[in-house]
Amino acid sequence: MTNLICITCPKGCHLCVDEDNGYTVTGHSCPRGEAYGKSELLHPVRTVTSTIKIRNASIPRLPVKTDRPLPKEKLFQCMDLLDALNAVAPVHVGDILASRILDTDVNIVATKTLL
Amino acid sequence: MNYDIVIIGGGPAGLAAANAAWEDGCRSICIVERDKELGGILNQCIHNGFGLHYFKEELTGPEYAGRFIEKLSATGVDVRLDAMVLEMTEEKEVHIVSSAGGYEVLQAKAVVLAMGCRERTRGAIAIPGTRPAGVFTAGTAQRYLNIEGYMVGKRVVILGSGDIGLIMARRMTLEGAKVLACVEVMPYSGGLTRNIVQCLNDFDIPLYLSHTITDIQGNGRVERVVVSEVGADRRPIPGTEMTFDCDTVLLSVGLIPENELSRAAGLEMDAHTNGPVVYENMETSLAGVFACGNVLHVHDLVDFVTDESARAGRAAAAYCAGAAHPGSRTLAVSAGNLVGYTVPQRIHMDADFKTATVFFRVRAICGKSRIVVQDETGAQLASFPRERLAPGEMENIRLPKSILDGAVGSVSVIIEEDAT
Repeated sequence: MTNLICITCPKGCHLCVDEDNGYTVTGHSCPRGEAYGKSELLHPVRTVTSTIKIRNASIPRLPVKTDRPLPKEKLFQCMDLLDALNAVAPVHVGDILASRILDTDVNIVATKTLL
Repeated sequence: MNYDIVIIGGGPAGLAAANAAWEDGCRSICIVERDKELGGILNQCIHNGFGLHYFKEELTGPEYAGRFIEKLSATGVDVRLDAMVLEMTEEKEVHIVSSAGGYEVLQAKAVVLAMGCRERTRGAIAIPGTRPAGVFTAGTAQRYLNIEGYMVGKRVVILGSGDIGLIMARRMTLEGAKVLACVEVMPYSGGLTRNIVQCLNDFDIPLYLSHTITDIQGNGRVERVVVSEVGADRRPIPGTEMTFDCDTVLLSVGLIPENELSRAAGLEMDAHTNGPVVYENMETSLAGVFACGNVLHVHDLVDFVTDESARAGRAAAAYCAGAAHPGSRTLAVSAGNLVGYTVPQRIHMDADFKTATVFFRVRAICGKSRIVVQDETGAQLASFPRERLAPGEMENIRLPKSILDGAVGSVSVIIEEDAT
């Protein structure tokens, strides 16, 4: 049995995951919590949010995120990739800036419109 | 210039108030914002976790703000950017200054105060030591890093475990800094539990509860800090000193609602929230002046700011449309046992509402408890069970008007902890 605190939403439910019984989750108050409890022990993932360089915009940094969670062990590889990534305005929120990164189906998308 | 509604501040509160007032038919609205763009503090909060209540999906700060900015752009609401409000008078004249328009006076029928809050600084908590460069409030460092693209340090100690401090611990780590410790004077964290997990635990950053920084040393730049354990009286315990070699100290030690304009206009203030006293429709003690968001009380979740501010916007629109004044029969709401404050502090009992939402914070961590609403005779009007209550997490209860109608005198919100 492993005790976890759910990070899916600000509520922070205290979960209990039973590894010996098919990773059964208790203590959650929504289906997202149940999914988190399972995934956290089987293959933990995190959404990455950061910024990249942008030219020709009113500010020098463009906020970006992974459009779905990335395997946790690839977090710092993702940051290295973002270091080398540049954008040029105009960029719209949701624009894909890098696709299928680090052998996953995860894309880097813009989280702000900069014209 | 004349407007029906002038909204001071273009962050999440001002945006929600403007959109709601427009939806309710008001066609003469102006937002005055001192930054060069709308969105307020959300622009630098590039992390996700916003919007789970309001949009039922997880957004980053810029995405959350972007949705309201886009909605606003489809309305005829005027926006004055890069413009500072100097004064709001009792007659609802809003004096502003900007390089584009010089000095102007906007005459409003109604004003919505949505100025937000600012951070407490080193001066506010009087940390001993020298005065080197490298001591930042967490939000200032966040703006440098996320908007202006400057890395503020390499070896970091964070004082305070508020959400901005925790978010910055992760952010600095991802950008290559070493965060040595997060130090919290209270025996519990001031931030959301999920942020302890995903910002500290994920990166093995130690959290020292009941500790504080007792000395900042450095000549020119921060070179080290001394951290001491504190007793129950929050005083440092001699002999418990630890030294951290670092070049940067980030302070996440609380937020102060920015109410200079409210005080100068003579609004009645609440000493506990540091914000104006408001009624259930967010109206302040000055008729036609409304307040919402962090200028009223510091929120944890922007989703609640949006709800509260939409209520203020609708009430301002109704006021301008000449709606009947909700009357003078009011019910005072006060904070009782273990409760720090309530918002609203008063309810118009002749106003047209079905339920009044009351926000509050508890003053200490409580286990399984009941939130009880009682009147002056001690009669219990309502009770809400909770598994756990913490000062870092704002609570809210919805009180049906039918229940409040039966109250004798004023009502108070108290916490009754279940015996364990």
